[in-house]
Amino acid sequence: MSEQAVAFLEATVRTATPLALAALGESISERAGVINVGLEGVIIAGCFGAVVGAQQGSVTAGLVAGVAAGVAAALVFVCFVVWLRTDQIITGTALTLGALGLTGMLYRAVFGTTGAALSIPTMRPVAIPVLSQIPIIGPALFRQAAVTYLLYAAVGGAWWFLSRTHAGLALRAVGEYPEAAQAAGIRPARVQAGAVLVSGAMGGLAGASLVLAQVGTFAEGMSAGRGFIAIAIVALGRWSPVGVALAALLFGAASALQFLFQSAGTQLPYQLFLALPYVLTLVVLAAGTSRGRAPAALGRRDLGVW
Amino acid sequence: MTAPAPAARLRANNPMIVIALFAVAIVALLAGVLAVSGFDVGASFAALLRGAAGSSYAVHSATLVRATPLILTGLAVTLAFKGGILNIGAEGQLLAGAAGATTVVLTLGPTYGGWALPLAMALAALGGAAWALVPAWLRQRFGVLEVISTIMMNFVALYGVGYLVRGPLQEPSRIYPQSASIPAATHLPLLLPGTRLHIGFALAVVAALLAWYVVRATAAGFRLRVVGANPRAAASAAQVDVAAVRLRVFLLSGALAGLAGGVEVTGVTYALYENLSPGYGYTAIAVALLAGLHPGLVLVSGIFLGALEAGAAAMQREAGVPLVLVSVVQALIILAIIGARALLDRRAPRAAEVGT
Repeated sequence: MSEQAVAFLEATVRTATPLALAALGESISERAGVINVGLEGVIIAGCFGAVVGAQQGSVTAGLVAGVAAGVAAALVFVCFVVWLRTDQIITGTALTLGALGLTGMLYRAVFGTTGAALSIPTMRPVAIPVLSQIPIIGPALFRQAAVTYLLYAAVGGAWWFLSRTHAGLALRAVGEYPEAAQAAGIRPARVQAGAVLVSGAMGGLAGASLVLAQVGTFAEGMSAGRGFIAIAIVALGRWSPVGVALAALLFGAASALQFLFQSAGTQLPYQLFLALPYVLTLVVLAAGTSRGRAPAALGRRDLGVW
Repeated sequence: MTAPAPAARLRANNPMIVIALFAVAIVALLAGVLAVSGFDVGASFAALLRGAAGSSYAVHSATLVRATPLILTGLAVTLAFKGGILNIGAEGQLLAGAAGATTVVLTLGPTYGGWALPLAMALAALGGAAWALVPAWLRQRFGVLEVISTIMMNFVALYGVGYLVRGPLQEPSRIYPQSASIPAATHLPLLLPGTRLHIGFALAVVAALLAWYVVRATAAGFRLRVVGANPRAAASAAQVDVAAVRLRVFLLSGALAGLAGGVEVTGVTYALYENLSPGYGYTAIAVALLAGLHPGLVLVSGIFLGALEAGAAAMQREAGVPLVLVSVVQALIILAIIGARALLDRRAPRAAEVGT
């Protein structure tokens, strides 16, 4: 029983890692007033970048290329949303559509149609001495791929940045009351551009972790809605880094449930488990949106001045 | 404020020039994507044109057949967007409609033949509306962003159909993940004998014209437009029940997308399976935006993107270009439209900016 519990918790943290990374980045751009529905596109760009990078022979190259691809996708979003002031949601939808298509095209162009045989280096779990010896939660939290430890650092870093630094205060001001921020000498558009690019880097890292620490290869559309789930996680986590990380764990658990039930040999149709994270997203949004408070200027288009 | 801004003049006086520039830009972008991906641009374009409009068969049996679900889902998105509802869920609503129609024709078709078709279409529309009801309710009751909830419902629909075609609706031999073929008597009648063009196309045309009339010339259409343009003014000045209008248009939108699913099953695929739709519900967003959210123009943009899909299928067959190219082009079209509009708006001074 405890062996099963450990396996379940390990799977929970593993599947939660890309979700948490993406959601953490999204929470930063949302705190600056930009909702990036193109996060799904950013993640798939990160997936593709990671495969191309890892082909060069190292996991590090995969991570770097994944982050770069995510930033590139976010840059498109910045050009349209922050510079041209197009509608954030329609732009994000187009970005997702384009990124899903383009990665599919390029994947076949670069790797041919026999991509199934693709072999790339992957990230193995690294046990942290002492901490991973804690019963049950030790292995779950501290016997993971290195990118999960990167996530722990990012959660702390984001918390510190948002609540303890001047720049973090400026970013939150832009998301809440851009006119006041501008009067105080902050340039809202620049802050937003920076925040979206950071979320692009995090989303790219999320895609890379999906490829390098979970799946081990690329498949068309492998992001499978994680970008949208991450946006729901941001709302559930009330736009705070720690809240977002905890909310991501809940979704990781929902995904990990299918492994648990598969091994238990249940009669329930497996599509039920595949659909569970998406249904959970709906429930969570209903519960989360009504109580949490989004940044006041989220989605606004009328602020300008570079 | 007396002289119109140059951008506005350009748009009002020379729409043909804008359209021509636009077409050239899209062709150039398409060629660019093909070249970057390492395909023979000339051969690919030749295949695209042949597949879309190279013969009368290509027109009526490929382009118009593909345009049919695009027009219906395009209308679904158009009406929703017009009312300020960002329904990205046409794909899931289409699948729900397809599942509903399949259930009806498989159950009643063997006994009642073609008489089951009207009921199948009704259930398809109902299925789509039911699928839209969840995000509509979540939006109204809890303020959940419908962009996210409709996309989640798309995934749930996909897994729902996946379950149906491996469970209750699986074909009798229980080998393939699809439903039994529907009885021949319940196939939609053909519009032109000897082609693949079914009366679903006529249905889509009628729906578009009807929607055009309703939006333009009726009180309901006025309420829809005013709610989409300015909900606060709609409530205070025009005494419109904004919530009721939003709910109705959301359900109508779902019903149209569901109908597209029913038409697709009884007119094209003749069976239910997971990959029934190659993303019609997402293409619908490009259809709607390309038409400038004008229900009548959805006919034109639907046929245009139907031609693109038919041509892309030929490109895949003949030049080996992956079909996903279509979604890249659609994304480029959407970005080009919203980008151009933003640039035009930016050059025209806004009242608020003039005041300060």
